[in-house]
Formats: sequence, C-alpha cells, structure tokens
Amino acid sequence: MSVRVFVPRDTTALSLGADAVAARLEREARARGLALTLVRNGSRGAAWLEPLVEVETANGRLAFGPVIAEDIPGLLDAGLLDGDLLAGDTGHPLALGPTEALPWFARQQRLTFARIGLTDPLSIADYLAHDGYRGLETALTRTPQELVEEVKASGLRGRGGAAFPTGIKWQTVLDTPADQKYIVCNADEGDSGTFADRLAMECDPYLLIEGMTIAGLAVGATQGYIYLRSEYPLAKTILDAAIAHAEAAGYLGDDIRGSGHAFHLEVRLGAGAYICGEETSLLESLEGKRGLVRFKPPLPAIEGLFGRPTVVNNVLSLAAVPFILAEGAQAYADVGMGRSRGTLALQLAGNVKRGGLVELAFGASLRTLMEEFGGGTASGRPLRAVQVGGPLCAYLPESQWDLPLDYEAFAEVGAGVGHGGVVMFDDSVDMAEQARFSMEFCKTESCGKCTPCRIGSTRGVEVIDRIRAGENRAANLALLGELCETMEDGSLCAMGGMTPFPVRSALTHFPDDFRRPVEGD
Amino acid sequence: MSDSREWTPQAIQAEIDALKHKPGALLPILHALQDRFGFIPEAAVPLIADSLGQTRAEVHGVIGFYHHFRTAPPGRHVVQICRAEACQAMGARPLEAHAKASLGIDYHQTTVDREVTLEAVYCLGNCACGPAVRVDDRVLGRVDAERFDALIDELQTRPLEVIA
Ligand SMILES: Cc1cc2nc3c(=O)[nH]c(=O)nc-3n(C[C@H](O)[C@H](O)[C@H](O)COP(=O)(O)O)c2cc1C
Ligand code: SF4
Ligand code: FES
Repeated sequence: MSVRVFVPRDTTALSLGADAVAARLEREARARGLALTLVRNGSRGAAWLEPLVEVETANGRLAFGPVIAEDIPGLLDAGLLDGDLLAGDTGHPLALGPTEALPWFARQQRLTFARIGLTDPLSIADYLAHDGYRGLETALTRTPQELVEEVKASGLRGRGGAAFPTGIKWQTVLDTPADQKYIVCNADEGDSGTFADRLAMECDPYLLIEGMTIAGLAVGATQGYIYLRSEYPLAKTILDAAIAHAEAAGYLGDDIRGSGHAFHLEVRLGAGAYICGEETSLLESLEGKRGLVRFKPPLPAIEGLFGRPTVVNNVLSLAAVPFILAEGAQAYADVGMGRSRGTLALQLAGNVKRGGLVELAFGASLRTLMEEFGGGTASGRPLRAVQVGGPLCAYLPESQWDLPLDYEAFAEVGAGVGHGGVVMFDDSVDMAEQARFSMEFCKTESCGKCTPCRIGSTRGVEVIDRIRAGENRAANLALLGELCETMEDGSLCAMGGMTPFPVRSALTHFPDDFRRPVEGD
Repeated sequence: MSDSREWTPQAIQAEIDALKHKPGALLPILHALQDRFGFIPEAAVPLIADSLGQTRAEVHGVIGFYHHFRTAPPGRHVVQICRAEACQAMGARPLEAHAKASLGIDYHQTTVDREVTLEAVYCLGNCACGPAVRVDDRVLGRVDAERFDALIDELQTRPLEVIA
C-alpha cells in the first residue's frame, strides 16, 4: 500500500528547502522500491518546524521536522514509511509524534485556520472533504439582509488594523443603491512581522474565495478584486489557479452553483508601496493611479472603487465569514473577550525560537504567547522589546507584556493589536536605531499628500541622527517630541499619524538608548 | 539576456492591447511589461498613454510612484534583501552591509558583470525565519552572510558552454 507523505509548499517551507526535501524523498523511495504518494500540502503555520514532513497513518498524521533533504535517507532507514513503526515513535531525532498532539498546535484555537496544512491547497475535493463551501451553501439559502445580520451578530471586526465592525460596513454597502458594487480584498499585508494573510491565501485559497463570494451575495456585488502585494509571487500563482478551478467547478462565474447569482473574481498586483494597504490608496491603485490617500468622506462603502459602493476588507476578515455562516454567528461570538470577538491570528516573528501562526481567542496575554508558544528568543538572549501590530505601532517593554490581546486593552496604553504581528527583539537591539527606522520607513513610504508626514519624517530621521551623534541632545529630543506632535495632528492617515507611536514608545521606555556614548568618545 | 526580453514597439503594443480593456488597466500593463522585459522601457510611456487616453505625465507619475517598477534594465538576477523590523531583529542590517560590500554595489545598482541587481524590500512575509531574501521569484529564509555568498556563487555559476 502506498503511504501518503506531506511536504508543504508555502513560501516559508520553500524558503527552507521543501522542494529539495520532496525531490529527495521521491528519488530515495524509488531507489528503495518503496511506495509513496507525495502530497504538497499547505503549511500548518509552524514556521519553526518547516519543512514539516508528515506521514499518514491509521492513527492520524505523524510529524517530522524540521527536515532538510540530507535527512531523508536516515529517516527512511528509521522506517519513515514502515507501517509498524508508524504506529509509535520511529526513534529518529526529528520524529515529533502525532502532529495535532504537539502542544504548539493543541493549545491553539483554530477557526479560520482550521484547514491550513491539512489539504492540497488547490484541490476543491480536499476543500469540500474538510468542510469547505458549507458557509456558501448556507448563504445561498439566505437573503442579503440575513447575511449581513449574521456577520453583525458574530461581532467580527476588521482584521486589517482598524477593527471596524465588518457587518456595519457591509450594511452600508447593501443600503447604497448602485448599478455595480464591488468586494475588494485587501491582501497588501505590508506590516513587517505579518504573514497570516499569505498563509491563508497560499494554504487555503478557497476559503478566501468563499468568504468573498458570500460578501458579494450579502451586499449585491458581482465583481471582486484581490489586491495582492507583489512581494507574494507564490500567493499570486496559487490564487490564480484556485480562481480558475473554482470557475470551472461553478463556484465562481455567472451562475454560482445554479443559484442565478453571479460573482467574478480577479487578482490584481500591487507594486511595492506600503501605503497602498490603506484602503483609499488601494482603491486609487486599483483604478490605475498613484496610490494617493483619499479624503474621507465619502466612505469607500458609499463611493469606493470607480465611484461605486465597495466593501474593502482584509483577507482575514473575509476568511472568517465562511465559519460564521457554517457554524452560526453565535459560535464565533462565543469566543473572545469584551468587544473583541472570535479569534485573532497572531504571528510570532523576529527573534523568536518557535515562530509561526498562532490562532487564539482574544484575551490571551502577550507574555503567554511569547513564552509558551514562542519559547523565548531564537538567539537565547533575553527578550527586550516587542513590536505588536506592525511598523506604525508601539514597541512594548517588559512591563507591558502582561496585557491581554484585546483591541481595547491595547488601545488604552497607546499600543495596537493591528494585524496581529508580534516582532520580538533580544537585548542586542538599539531602540534609537529602531526609532530612526520608523521615521525612515515613513519617509520612504509616505504617499506625499501631506507635509507633516512627508517632511516631518525626513526631519525626524535627521533629528534622531543628531541625537544619536550626541549633538545638542536635550534640544533635539525636544524637537523630536514636537515633530511627533505635528505628524500626529496634521496627517491625513495613520502612516504619518501613527509613525510617532513606535518612536515615542522607544523614547519613553528605552531612554538610555538615546543617550549612548558617541563612538570615539 | 535572451531575445524575448529585448523590447520592440510591436511587442510593447501587444502587451498593452492584451490588457487595455480591463478597468484600471495601467498597473496590469506595467506589470506585464516589466515581467516580459525586466523593466519599463521609456518608449512604452507614449504607447501606454495613447492606448489608455491618458497623458504621458500621468503614466510617468504612476511608474515613479511605485517602488516595484524599474525604468532601467536589471541584471540577470534581482536580489532583494528584506530591511523590515522582523528581519532586523535577526541580523538584516549586518546582512545588507555584507551584501553591499561583497557585491561592491549599493541598492538599485547592478554588478559590472550584469549578473545581480540589488534591491531593498520591506517584508516578504517570511518574518518568522529571517533574514529573508528574494531572488527573482524565489524567497529564502535565515540568510546569513555565508548563505548569501553561497547564493551569489550559485547565481554566478553558469553552465559551461559546449564547444561544437
Ligand atoms: C498605512 C496603512 C497601511 C495599511 N495596510 C493594510 C494592509 O496591508 N492590509 C489591510 O488589510 N489593511 C491595511 N490597512 C487598513 C485599511 O486601511 C483598512 O482599514 C482595511 O483594509 C479595512 O479592512 P478590515 O475592516 O477588514 O480590516 C492599512 C492602513 C494604513 C493607514
Ligand atoms: S499621512 Fe502620509 S501617507 Fe497618509 S495621506 Fe498624508 S502623506 Fe499620505
Ligand atoms: S520582515 Fe522580513 S520577511 Fe517580513
């Protein structure tokens, strides 16, 4: 009997040699006359174990990792494909036992990411066999208003950063009459330390397609666009193929599953501009223009793409919808804390020992996440600072690590949950250098529309350089404070308005780094 | 460089014609041109402007706005180093210094043998396994100086030419 072996094919697994592992496995098995069926699945999100090879047994899948091509002969010698040994432990140092029993997975609460890594991402049959398209099936029996009500009742808030209630946004689009409406998926995922959108798209593309289709039914939109960053070439390939398969199977097109409803979907690539993650800049870009941020109002929900009512939602907001429809709004709302309902996709990144995707109900503490899941730093040195929520959010010192992961709790201390990125730094970090980078990033990525953002960030870099060089420190620190204030008050969007957050947090919590002796002193 | 990457006005116009009917066609057209020719030739600007009914200044403005679009031909390979925070936490700064020094070029420059163009990038979505580097369409993880050198060696090793 042919044993099924899984070797993931997401960007992270590939970046660590998964293709070489797969090729070696097939070659060695052939040479040994062993029967094996290779499945290129998506990743389960445990970046620290990639490439994570799994072998299917009567008692579920067994995990081996991280595997490199050179490990394959030894693993086969130890009985990787051998029925007897599979029931227990092969005794090989890379053998991790049943995948789902690993505490790193077992302690997660995967609703949105329930399927990643289990399936071949492009197989609709796999998707259906793992509960896929149950949400759409339900949705096709409901009225648009009922669908919007369901999303409202789930308490889902946008996962792109601003945490705006998704159902209310959909209601506005539903209520605005127009000849054409659009669903736009924000897949620009520009924040450093975030990759959950990428995992969803590369490992479970039909989930996003299903979520967008339901959104289309809910608001009466027949055309969707996925605005994908150009830094994700693999996601583009996978989404394009998935859309073609979904069309062929009647899940997209003029008559979705014989319902008479139409929904068309197209992937559009960004072009390396962080600001195009901001929704109005994104819409300008989709229209073929420079990504200049628009004034609001009008809201995109009323005048969005090509002036038509448009839902702009993050990948994860849309990807949460199939669960809400399949299991009911209450099942989603039952999870979480306060006004943060459901689960949050956290991404452990940077200097972390066990990095990857950790989906948890809102409310877990940051420390639990970094210690129990992350296992501390990769370098083994003490953890010193952590930036949660992307480049526009604060650096948190140890005194804030007990905060619960909840939108309101973070906002109260001037921090943000954002898109769930958690970037860890050990004690070798120079926080003045990080503050400089925040300003430099803003200078590079500003759309240029407002002076406080464009010029303020340029000045910010210069002022921090002078502080670090020991020139008139007191005066320059005061000037930096004023600059931050000007940016906060006078910027049209969060790019200029929030860049001061990481800068100020570095100044407040790590003041010594701005007073280091100057080299050569 | 292979012939198919050499641009001609006809080849440019063919790419434009294949996409100009799309709503918001400009970015798809620019991507198609860069994918095919490695950059956006200056000669494409008036052709695009005419086909889309826009001014040349508008087209120039869009090309200039986006970091991704190049207006000069790159080397045989484009190597992008992630400069963003998660990779910084794992040593992206020393890596970029090493890359610039060993290749003898800065960002947006190409080695004299025209093998490698170096670019900066802000996040490749491989943030749990930094520092991350992208070579053409391949992303690599945990790239230190040694791995970087091995990568460059691999890129510069061309198959021996068979003498007929
Ligand atoms: C500078 C900036 C960058 C942003 N980048 C992203 C992004 O990459 N992805 C995203 O979903 N939202 C991003 N946003 C938030 C969007 O403007 C918008 O709030 C979001 O797409 C709405 O979708 P949601 O309600 O589902 O979160 C960004 C906002 C700003 C100000
Ligand atoms: S704050 Fe910066 S990025 Fe935002 S609109 Fe103004 S100039 Fe553009
Ligand atoms: S920060 Fe470098 S890959 Fe994300």
